[in-house]
Amino acid sequence: MFENIRLSFQGIWSHKMRSFLTMLGIIIGIAAIIAIVSTIKGTNKQIEQNLIGAGDNTVDVQVYQGDWPYEFSYNPVPEGLPMITDSVLQEIKDLESVEAASLYLSRQDYSAVYYQNTSLSGGYVTGIDRNYLSTCNYLVQRGRGFTEKDYTDYRKVALLDKDSANVLFQGQDPIGKTIEIKQEPFVVVGIIAKADEFEPVINSMDDYYTYSQDASGKVYIPDSAWPIIYQFDEPQQLVVKATSTNAMTDAGKKSADILNNTLSVSDETICYKSEDLLKQAKEIQQLSQSTNSMLIWIAGISLIVGGIGVMNIMLVSVTERTSEIGLKKAIGARKSIILGQFLTEAAVLTSLGGLIGVIVGIILAEAISRLNEMPVAISVPSAVVAVLFSMIIGIVFGLLPSYKAANLDPIEALRHE
Amino acid sequence: MILNLQNIYKDYQQDKLVVPVLKDVSLQVEEGEYVAIMGPSGSGKTTLMNIVGCLDRPTSGTYELAGENVLGLKDKELSAARLNRIGFVFQSFQLMPRESALDNVSLPLSYAGIKKKERRERAMKALERVGLGDRATFKPTQLSGGQKQRVAIARAMVNNPKILLADEPTGALDSKSGKQIMELFQKLNDEGVTIVMITHDINIAKQAKRTLHIIDGEISENGREENRV
Repeated sequence: MFENIRLSFQGIWSHKMRSFLTMLGIIIGIAAIIAIVSTIKGTNKQIEQNLIGAGDNTVDVQVYQGDWPYEFSYNPVPEGLPMITDSVLQEIKDLESVEAASLYLSRQDYSAVYYQNTSLSGGYVTGIDRNYLSTCNYLVQRGRGFTEKDYTDYRKVALLDKDSANVLFQGQDPIGKTIEIKQEPFVVVGIIAKADEFEPVINSMDDYYTYSQDASGKVYIPDSAWPIIYQFDEPQQLVVKATSTNAMTDAGKKSADILNNTLSVSDETICYKSEDLLKQAKEIQQLSQSTNSMLIWIAGISLIVGGIGVMNIMLVSVTERTSEIGLKKAIGARKSIILGQFLTEAAVLTSLGGLIGVIVGIILAEAISRLNEMPVAISVPSAVVAVLFSMIIGIVFGLLPSYKAANLDPIEALRHE
Repeated sequence: MILNLQNIYKDYQQDKLVVPVLKDVSLQVEEGEYVAIMGPSGSGKTTLMNIVGCLDRPTSGTYELAGENVLGLKDKELSAARLNRIGFVFQSFQLMPRESALDNVSLPLSYAGIKKKERRERAMKALERVGLGDRATFKPTQLSGGQKQRVAIARAMVNNPKILLADEPTGALDSKSGKQIMELFQKLNDEGVTIVMITHDINIAKQAKRTLHIIDGEISENGREENRV
């Protein structure tokens, strides 16, 4: 076997030009497929990242009324919608797909937050529990986070994110300053930011509508201070951190199920729902994938054409080497040995073509990504499959010439010189 | 009797014409014999050689190789017979041009499924047997005609066959190299190898202990004095 492979390389090397031209069809086909697959994978990865964020894996679980989140700003708390208790939260934390879970309350208010005369219009006010920052991967960039005392003493303290700090303070240092939330004074104690700063990549208007969020800033306060400015006994929202990106759907759904078991509302349409970003990402990915899979089929045709080229050149090679085949048979080579030798040669030829094709494809994909500013992700499994597939093409299209060689009449073959 | 061919006929189909090449040829060779077959070109001697070498099948007749009816064998079994029982030497050497002498000689061993290390050892021994132990790494293009033929003989003998078939072994060689090959054949014959050699050179044929003539597909024996009328 190794002997055959060595001989094949020798044969290929001694006819460099011919071997290269024979491999060209395979090289082009494989390169095209690798380039397309890399582009698809890159786009998909981008879609997933844009929606999910880099490595965050958090899922929001909110109260919905029908298809829309229940608006606590305008509506009273419905009868039979209890607050989430510690034991229920613990039950959620015990789920296999859940790594961490936190409760929060949130309002988008158009004229709630002020610093002197500057307003944070359209900003969010969020009341958070003790673990929220770690659950959602926030880090305190400046100042401090909330302490136990902030919660137990109902202190009116606030954390800002970068956007709200910029809008309210416009370059001044916010730490220690007092802002006004719903006419109540809150002291800014720190500035927080996501551990993995992530900006969605926007390539088109469609992307903009899909991914852009209100970047008008958020203000965080301890959830114990929430009733001071809003209402008592408001049911919290839940954020769960899944153990992996793939576990997000499961974590969100199971958490919502647990919460829905605590409900006793008369309005059937009110229930907890998880925001399934993973599913959304998959849907968008499928759209882009289905168009591109057509391209793969077209590239596949070039592989078949390449295979026919291999068959053609192998037939020539069999004719050229008739006397070699005759001699081998005369000195005792069985049919299967001759068959194996030629099949190996065809397979080595196309595998080599496939390997070169993968390299060319990767270069092509990189070039596409540079030119179009599109992301690419080289997939190792698809490269391996590509080389294996080109090997199979070699074996399939090498069968006829090899069979012809194996069945040569040794006398005819020896006479041929 | 190591070779026993009886009433061999061989016809070739040429278009619609049937051309008889061998007509009622019988040939018996004892183990350890050294036989030369002479004849002009077109007489059918190569066809006879191919039949003896299990490369071709006669149209009719019987052929026993060491007592075994060869004509009933399957393709695979014929390959095995060529591999283990018969060694071939050709006029044009038929070496693999890109392989070293050692690799050329070990080729039949690889068909016998022998491991690489043993292959090398045995091929080396075979090369030493023909006096080319110091040329093992040489490619055929680096060897003289006589050396090439000796590599071919080493290849033929590497599986230790009982029979060596040679088709004009000195046909492409100068007289000096030819003589060396003949000496080698004599040595092999002395070691017990049965040799059947085709030639049209009377001086070469004289080396054999027995000479057969084949003319127009018919064989006649005149090598043994007692057979002469």
